[in-house]
Amino acid sequence: MLKLKNREALNNFRNNILSKHQEKDKKLISLCAGSGCGAYGTEKVYQTLTEELAKHNLQDEVEIKLTGCHGFCEKGPIMVIHPEGIFYPQVKETHIPNIVEKTIKNGEIDKSLAFKDHITKKKIFHEEDIPFYKLQQRIIFGNNGMIDPTSIKDYISVDGYTALDKVLFEMTPDEIIDEIRKSGLRGRGGGGFPTAVKWDSCRKHEGERYVICNADEGDPGAYMDRSLLEGNPHSILEGMLIAARAIGSNQGYIYVRHEYPLAVKNIETAINQAREIGLLGKNILHSDFDFDIHISRGGGAFVCGESTALMASLEGNPGRPRAKYVHTVEKGFRQSPSLLNNVETWTNVPVIINKGADWYSRIGTEKSKGTKIFSLVGKVVNTGLVEVPMGTSLRTIIFDIGGGIPKKKEFKAVQTGGPSGGCIPKEFLDLGVDFDELAKVGSIMGSGGMIVMDQDTCMVDVARYFLDFLKEESCGQCNPCREGIKQMLAILTDICKGNGKEGDIELLEEIGGMLQKFSLCGLGTSAPNPVLSTIRYFREEYEAHIRDKKCPAGVCKPLFHYEIDPKACKGCQACAKKCPEKAITGEKKKTHILDRQKCIKCGICYDICKFNAIIIR
Amino acid sequence: MSKIIVDEQYLEIIEGTNLLQACLENNIYIPNLCYLKERKEKNASCRLCFVEIEGMPKPVTSCTLDVEDGMVVRTDTPAVRRLQRTAFQLLMSVHEVDCAHCPANKKCELQKIARFLKLGLKPKGLDHSLRELETDHDHPFLEYFPHRCVLCGKCIYVCKKRNGRPYLTFAGRGLDTQISFFGDKDPLKLPCAECLACTLICPVAAIIAKTDT
Repeated sequence: MLKLKNREALNNFRNNILSKHQEKDKKLISLCAGSGCGAYGTEKVYQTLTEELAKHNLQDEVEIKLTGCHGFCEKGPIMVIHPEGIFYPQVKETHIPNIVEKTIKNGEIDKSLAFKDHITKKKIFHEEDIPFYKLQQRIIFGNNGMIDPTSIKDYISVDGYTALDKVLFEMTPDEIIDEIRKSGLRGRGGGGFPTAVKWDSCRKHEGERYVICNADEGDPGAYMDRSLLEGNPHSILEGMLIAARAIGSNQGYIYVRHEYPLAVKNIETAINQAREIGLLGKNILHSDFDFDIHISRGGGAFVCGESTALMASLEGNPGRPRAKYVHTVEKGFRQSPSLLNNVETWTNVPVIINKGADWYSRIGTEKSKGTKIFSLVGKVVNTGLVEVPMGTSLRTIIFDIGGGIPKKKEFKAVQTGGPSGGCIPKEFLDLGVDFDELAKVGSIMGSGGMIVMDQDTCMVDVARYFLDFLKEESCGQCNPCREGIKQMLAILTDICKGNGKEGDIELLEEIGGMLQKFSLCGLGTSAPNPVLSTIRYFREEYEAHIRDKKCPAGVCKPLFHYEIDPKACKGCQACAKKCPEKAITGEKKKTHILDRQKCIKCGICYDICKFNAIIIR
Repeated sequence: MSKIIVDEQYLEIIEGTNLLQACLENNIYIPNLCYLKERKEKNASCRLCFVEIEGMPKPVTSCTLDVEDGMVVRTDTPAVRRLQRTAFQLLMSVHEVDCAHCPANKKCELQKIARFLKLGLKPKGLDHSLRELETDHDHPFLEYFPHRCVLCGKCIYVCKKRNGRPYLTFAGRGLDTQISFFGDKDPLKLPCAECLACTLICPVAAIIAKTDT
């Protein structure tokens, strides 16, 4: 590839790509090759599709694009046929001949393969009409389905690097920071700190300044950063370049998890391509601006997502946070002024520069601007990545976009913000999700994890589960986090086993309160959130465990048993057939009997009974 | 000079002095374990030296603050004491209380803090469980007792300062964190026999010279 020597060369390069696209007016098959769809078998689908197109001699007329994550991971592998936007979910190799014959050759839709809406039971044929996508506003994530992440040409063709062009030749550093300030952008890593304030204070400190991307996404169940790294890596580089120009930095780092192999590969490819074409390196586009980016792979410690621990790890030291009485914008990586932002924050930057702060700040709420990507997982019909304007209600996200709770069960709570987020009960379903509203109900935005829980979830067990995770991830440096998490976990484990005592709730609140306010770093201060929020909203469930020795949700095995409701039992034998311990007996059409001595409380009968005749006592 | 008020006492302190240091030098005791005057980067990990400062919304660690003119500090508010008691009890939940057989007896920082906070040494209501490893005999000159250690890190700092490089480090994560010796075990190549700085600085006799056992 030729090195782009100046801004005219970049423009010509883009126009060239675009004119080729228009010339041919090709059909384009976009096939998701993100980690989720990949696991469902994109590779095989791709191979079969290539062969099938060749068989029909269509290989020159139809372009196949292996893209990053489209977001609707529940239905992978996902195929979208452009320009019509025909949507095929859960595509298998065996579907390919039909798709090629009907849709590609004859322009018809194969209705048997089309998406069926969970609620209306109607078939929907076009991507834009599917409720999961329809209610989203995908300003950050939208290009994921359109571009091949390993091609810089694709990124440039969707106006990639126009924002860089603009800041290099039309804006001063002050104007860049001002634009970010006016946009109201806040850090997407969890804290929600105003991005422009961070940039501005880093710029004011003297020394070799560093721009760092926090791609150490460690929350179980959250993968929006991964999907951006995998699906649109150049947008992250462009964001970092813009910040580097604004604060006067020549070196950048991306700290990314080693467990994200595709993300590492794609971001590496992107950096190499940008260097080759002259968008990273010395004298970028002849603007006298030098900037290069290096990758550092993290070993997977949750605490390394904390800024000071990340920088320690980047230096080659153990990933331990330090007390932040001196901020990293003053003394961070190598004791130098360091600007750290999260992946999603970086990808917002080119959008703001391109479309303007006025446009951007019209999206969202008064104090939280723009959109946020959530990873919607757990007991919800449509799991996947969802990008909505800040302020969108939990109800819209979970019920309209997410399709509600499967198996006609009741919604119980949603945990936002990863393992150290709080659990929000149903009375707050109409809460508009932004940084401040979540904080008010005792949770956090975090990086945008959203775990939906149904009626069969025990909130004490949930708190225990997350603390067990955090116990392993505490770095062990500060006393409240190291010993406090362990103590809280011991109390919760006792409660779940039926050994809870009066005063346990108060002790949890005491230790939790101490951790929340006075631990050394963000891991410790947010660690008690799952405990404190479940006590706040589900105190009666704790009391049932401690006083009545009952687990109302039927999760903590020592604290419940199953019974058969004789009024509801139809004698269908479905449960008796599936019971691994043969604990259920009974003749056809007669009420069955459950032998509590034999029952191991595996819950198979409870799940299988269509008549709700298995009850938790 | 900065004029500050600590617990209704008027003090004149050189501007920029560490607040915890200033208090200690003026006989105002604030419980602490990991603070060292000469260490530039404060560990702030024992979470004991809390104070309340007028104008700040919640208690703060005094070791991470410098004195500023006009500061009004309280070291003994109920909020501060409550925090210190919880933090101290958490520390004691992994400490083997066997003072009679401990070389630190009567000069132990933990005994001093317990007396000051009017607390017993055995934590009430908390799960008391000790680390897996009881004693580390690995080092030719030193013995390490994880059941006594409060992980203040002072030993690592003085070792590095005295010898140009540390022979000690934090090892492990989370609950398994402990102090570990690393590098050459050849007694002739170790400065430890003459140094013993770590044993002198340890507030709880978690590292002692083999000759003392």
